[in-house]
Amino acid sequence: MVALTYHAPDSLEEAVQLLSTARQPVKLLSGGTDLIIQMQGLIQDERLVVDVKKIPGMRAADWMEDHLRLGPSMSCAQFTKRQDIQAVFPGLVEAAYLIGSTQVQGRASIGGNLCNASPAADTIPALIVNRAACLIQGLNGTRRVNVEDFLTGVGQQCLASDELLVAIEVPNPAARTRDAYLRFIPRTEMDIAVAGAAVSVTLDDTGVCTNARVAIGAVAPTAILVPSAADALIGTKLEDDALLAAAAASSQAANPISDRRGTVEFRRHVVGVLTKRAAKIAANRVGAL
Amino acid sequence: MKSHISTTINGDSVEFLCEPSQTLLQVLRNDLGMTGTKEGCGSGDCGACSVIFDGELVCACLVLGVEAQGAAIETVEGVAAHDQLHVIQEKFLEHAALQCGICTPGLIVSTKALLEENPSPTEAEARYFLAGNLCRCTGYDKIIKAVMDAAATMRQGA
Ligand code: FES
Ligand code: FES
Repeated sequence: MVALTYHAPDSLEEAVQLLSTARQPVKLLSGGTDLIIQMQGLIQDERLVVDVKKIPGMRAADWMEDHLRLGPSMSCAQFTKRQDIQAVFPGLVEAAYLIGSTQVQGRASIGGNLCNASPAADTIPALIVNRAACLIQGLNGTRRVNVEDFLTGVGQQCLASDELLVAIEVPNPAARTRDAYLRFIPRTEMDIAVAGAAVSVTLDDTGVCTNARVAIGAVAPTAILVPSAADALIGTKLEDDALLAAAAASSQAANPISDRRGTVEFRRHVVGVLTKRAAKIAANRVGAL
Repeated sequence: MKSHISTTINGDSVEFLCEPSQTLLQVLRNDLGMTGTKEGCGSGDCGACSVIFDGELVCACLVLGVEAQGAAIETVEGVAAHDQLHVIQEKFLEHAALQCGICTPGLIVSTKALLEENPSPTEAEARYFLAGNLCRCTGYDKIIKAVMDAAATMRQGA
């Protein structure tokens, strides 16, 4: 591994201080399941590693008045065990549950999944449909950025060199609203998404969809929000033709690459199918409320 | 520069010096001589290095040694009570659930974590939980039989 200097600040102020005065390039360490591998291979020169897990609140998840405040470094294992969160955001929890093995879940975090910014990150589409925002702290204070705007490219997000992610805020969903996430992988477990789709729907008492969000992953440089797919669902009772229209909109919005795990054509098609199926699951979840 | 780390391993206070670039797996095996924990891949894929870190099952190759500061770690060396093998270890022997043995310490630790969390797993739950522990020899069948038998035996004992 490359030469490292390691700090584990126990306050936000100390962390920002370290980031803004660092002389070498900085890597923020959360669960480490991506970073430690990257430091063994891709990264060649010296790094300052700032372990953010000891900062108060980084590993907690608390319900505030109108949102869930999620500490970015909470492990997926801790997160997926939270029945209270599962009850409200089943799609977000199922996305986190798909990441890696039990061992990887023990360390991997949602904030890490987000900041690592893989196009195929499972939790990102689920965060986007839930209107999650990133609370970012830097030398000049805090700012909030919606998750869909946080990501800027493959492996890239908008954190400045003096900034870190301090919380992910997920607003309480509107009444009769639920989410779902599905991905396609070539085997049954522990793989990287070839395509993924998250959907959130709000249904009125008669089953008409009054609001929806659709986000797709692994089919573009970043996960993307697809308003045209949501529009195809809104105002319908999610009949087959509405679902097909949403699927077509997702396929249309996708801008995938071909690689050994899937061709452009396959990814485009499958992301539509996943959109359709996730919309149905989300609607069934509202029906079960 | 080496860091001075104080941690707890299998209930004992342990201090060590390590470079920030060393993984916990390297520290355990190379510096502390605790070679029970195996290295299969060094990249989080095989589970041979499984340890319990602050109550969570993790790959020791995906944790830095410096992160062990103040942590409580359980390794395979802490599973048996002195000369008395743990039920899980006895069942692995009884069912011949190993051949080369490289995956075995990781599987023992992972099975312990599984049964602490879920004393009555279905076979599907056990297979799912242990899916991060790869074995290139046994074909898994005997491993799963040993795990299910250990679970049943531990439930009776409790
Ligand atoms: S050696 Fe750690 S997972 Fe393979
Ligand atoms: S017994 Fe050889 S890897 Fe499992």
